Amino acid sequence: MLQQNTAPTAARVPGRGLKRRLRLGERVIEGWIFLAGMLAIVVLLGIIFILLKEGLPIFAHTNPWDFLFGTRWYPLAEPPVFGITPFFVSTLWVTLISTAVAVPVGVACAAYLSEVAPPKVSETVKPVIEILAGIPSVMMGFIGLALLSPFVQSLFNLPSGLCGLTAAIMLSLMSLPIIVSVSEDALHAVPKEFKEASYALGATKWETIWHVCIPSALSGIAAAIMLGVGRAIGETMTVLMVAGNALAVPASPTDPMTTMTAAIANSIGNAVRGGVQYQAIFAIGLVLFILTLAVNIIAERVLERQKRKFAR
Amino acid sequence: MTTAAFNSRRITQRAAFTFLILAAVVTVMPVLFIIVYTIVKGGGALSWGFLSEFPSLAGKAGGILPAIVGTFYLMLGTLVFALPIGVLTGIYLTEYARDNWLTRVINLAIVNLAGVPSIVFGLFGLSVFVLAFHFGLSLLAASLTLACQALAMVITTSREALLAVPRELREGSLAIGVSKWQTVRHIVLPQSLPGIITGAVLAISRAAGETAPILVVGAAFLLPALPQSPLDQFMALPYHLYTVSAHVPNMPEETIWGVALVLLIVVLSFDVLAAAIRIKTRQRK
Repeated sequence: MLQQNTAPTAARVPGRGLKRRLRLGERVIEGWIFLAGMLAIVVLLGIIFILLKEGLPIFAHTNPWDFLFGTRWYPLAEPPVFGITPFFVSTLWVTLISTAVAVPVGVACAAYLSEVAPPKVSETVKPVIEILAGIPSVMMGFIGLALLSPFVQSLFNLPSGLCGLTAAIMLSLMSLPIIVSVSEDALHAVPKEFKEASYALGATKWETIWHVCIPSALSGIAAAIMLGVGRAIGETMTVLMVAGNALAVPASPTDPMTTMTAAIANSIGNAVRGGVQYQAIFAIGLVLFILTLAVNIIAERVLERQKRKFAR
Repeated sequence: MTTAAFNSRRITQRAAFTFLILAAVVTVMPVLFIIVYTIVKGGGALSWGFLSEFPSLAGKAGGILPAIVGTFYLMLGTLVFALPIGVLTGIYLTEYARDNWLTRVINLAIVNLAGVPSIVFGLFGLSVFVLAFHFGLSLLAASLTLACQALAMVITTSREALLAVPRELREGSLAIGVSKWQTVRHIVLPQSLPGIITGAVLAISRAAGETAPILVVGAAFLLPALPQSPLDQFMALPYHLYTVSAHVPNMPEETIWGVALVLLIVVLSFDVLAAAIRIKTRQRK
């Protein structure tokens, strides 16, 4: 706005050459700022483009139906067979179990932090949860490998502790921070008047949390759950290290599994560039991308609605 | 209301709160356990030699110097690429962008970029930086890949920091005839610097721990020399931990925990640094 105002005067004052040069310099910088702003779009479109370009050609070899619903993945057979159902089902198992564990714990933890805990306690607990978010996934994989899998093995009397369940437990731990922090924000946004009205009616603190706070924050909590799900679907190292890497379609949570992310990590190293296996791996990446994109868009929509609900 | 009914409601509340506290404990305990256990198990492996020597015998003996150096190069590379672009994007969104469809598309792209699985960034980096740009399996390709992944986070934190600068400061500057860019450069940016730095530190701490993308764009398990140029191959701490824990048989347990401890120290010390900057700035205000 201001530039439009100064432009005519700048032309009249002496020393306008300097001013014009300054303005030119600013234009250049502002051009760069604009270009940088576009880069997020460029990267996202670039990812989509690459996945389509490298992944779609597989459908000349395997038709989409067989690719998505085939139960066998034999990249080195002659001819090679690419069916991703084992990976898809593994991802489903691991995600479902980890979400089922993480959601009640995460929401309860958020309710405790925002409604019940004394400020001192929640001030101490929150940084610890942030540390949990900062622990690298390979570290969680290693912990699962070294500590949790022997425990799961003896508890369920399994041939190996490296199975979907072990991975799911580690994943639930990893999706807790996002579920806790987004749910807590949602609970925090519930207007104080709601709670006061509930107390005025004689409700106890817990009744207020259960019948007023959680229902009011429900869409925010739903978004938290979706974000946790997205996190679990996309997580690679932990499942690669502890899920067992079997190629059969898993029938129970205690079966060894290969999720879609782990399948990519396992086979990208020995795939020939542009070969059918390479294409098939990028096609898995495409399926994975579409899944997480859908989950994220839903989460974003729900979160947006939650924000508008209490905005005044 | 009868006393009995009141008591039963109190008991329900007691039970519910116990569950909530339990949930908090279940969330917090594993973190503390992981950190303490790693220190106990890996502390013995830490020595000057472990940090300053090259690995020998397939990583079973010697140190992990090249993995540490590689990880620091990766953090530096990520910072160099992601920070300027992230901050400029933040400036564009807070200071220049109007509320139109383009801005909405950019915001949508940022949100979705944050949700893309790390392994997909790996595939993108492999196809674009390693192969199409001919950077090969190199530090440069890996840094660019990690920078793409870090971008969403740097943008989001920069935008928040810039938005927190009071509007009156901008208006005051514009009112005395200072141009828009000068206002951004000399008023808005310095004010939001602590927030931007916090975000950048968090982003490179995240990059230090990332394994899946560098697994795809070609981190090496063992190298005879430190990388001499951005186009050289590299070792990295998280990839080293993955290989020694999942792929090398008969690995001495203490060494694995030692690698894990060093990784944890690197990542968490940057997290603590970010937290310290945040607390310090809050106190000043």
